[in-house]
Amino acid sequence: MGKFKSMHQIACHECDLVQEIPPLPAPATACCLRCGSVLFRTKVDSINRTLAWTIAGLVLYVVAVTFPFLAMKNGAIGNQTGLLSGIQQLYHQGIISLATLVLLTCLLIPLLQMLALFYIFVPLKLNFRVKYAISMFRLFQKVKPWSMMEIYLLGILVSIVKLGKMATIVPGLAVIAFGLLIFVLTFALSAVDSHMVWERLGGDS
Amino acid sequence: MKASFASARKLGLVSCHDCHLLSRMPQRAAHQEAACPRCGGELHQRKPNSLMRTWALVLAAMILYIPANVLPMTITTTLGSVSADTIMSGVIYFMHSGSWAIALVIFTASVFVPFLKFTILIYLLLSVQFKSIKRPRDRTRLYQFTEAVGRWSMLDIYVVTILVALVKLGAFAEIEAGPAAIYFAAVVVMTMLASESFDPRLIWDVVEDES
Ligand SMILES: [Zn+2]
Repeated sequence: MGKFKSMHQIACHECDLVQEIPPLPAPATACCLRCGSVLFRTKVDSINRTLAWTIAGLVLYVVAVTFPFLAMKNGAIGNQTGLLSGIQQLYHQGIISLATLVLLTCLLIPLLQMLALFYIFVPLKLNFRVKYAISMFRLFQKVKPWSMMEIYLLGILVSIVKLGKMATIVPGLAVIAFGLLIFVLTFALSAVDSHMVWERLGGDS
Repeated sequence: MKASFASARKLGLVSCHDCHLLSRMPQRAAHQEAACPRCGGELHQRKPNSLMRTWALVLAAMILYIPANVLPMTITTTLGSVSADTIMSGVIYFMHSGSWAIALVIFTASVFVPFLKFTILIYLLLSVQFKSIKRPRDRTRLYQFTEAVGRWSMLDIYVVTILVALVKLGAFAEIEAGPAAIYFAAVVVMTMLASESFDPRLIWDVVEDES
């Protein structure tokens, strides 16, 4: 298999065309000759940037989960919620499948993404090998479409408009952390050079 | 750049779905599974049973789309009076209260995007099954589009989750998730799985085989 291991030869994921790609400078995007889809992108300083954004993301995550999220006030009555309150409430109403779906897509999968990046990129940075790094990176790629924090943020906006006439909504510190987290996670994900990661992980096994 | 213009399938190669490594397709019996030499992932020339699985998921999602739209999404209790809201009545509420932008966003995410996904996926499935060689590039774009937009349909599920948590003002008002919420969540998950199980390379296989 030595001939194919150089990875300069790659098949397009969308149309299966085999093409040879010369080593590219970073940042660059290799596109398929036939269908125009992106084959892969090379990233500048991928390891350091991914790690920096991931650590920032983990800090913001802790703030977003622990601090007050939204509060609703109507005269004397008020109700303060955390990021987890809605999920707990759905659970109490007996709609466990829905509670699980929201928990996964807005809390657990984003956390898993960041932990996986941390677990894979610290060894890459410090040049040592860890067990299960390959499985972790595969899992990381698989869950990507199911990480939906930005849609949740849009949901907050819609809810605020919807309840605006009924009561005053006061955003808490956690909403700000959550909003920032969405950007930070996006930056972390876009700093990942998956082409490079696979070469390093599969390199000398 | 050397472009031989042949697909991996024609060359007897297989591209790993997870790590993109190109390796020689092992000569084995069909029922045996091949593994990628680099990441150990299962190797398939094409996603297994792609057309059947996509059809099944699209049709199931279309059936669930009906109760998702007919049944109430939220049940609001305000000072003893109970009102049930469907997805469309929520949209109409926003239109009447002057929030046109929000009405448009919810309508697009909850009603239009699932409908668009059904239409595009069925069109792609039929185009492969009837061996169409027309505009494969545009069909690939369409596929990538359905992959990207589907997740935004989760919006209404999140709105319900947030409302349910916020509106708990004792006897004054309470919101409960209605039965449509589960159906709707199932529609979103199934359409996402449907576009994941469709293999766009089938579009190009037809183009190669027919020319
Ligand atoms: Zn291509």
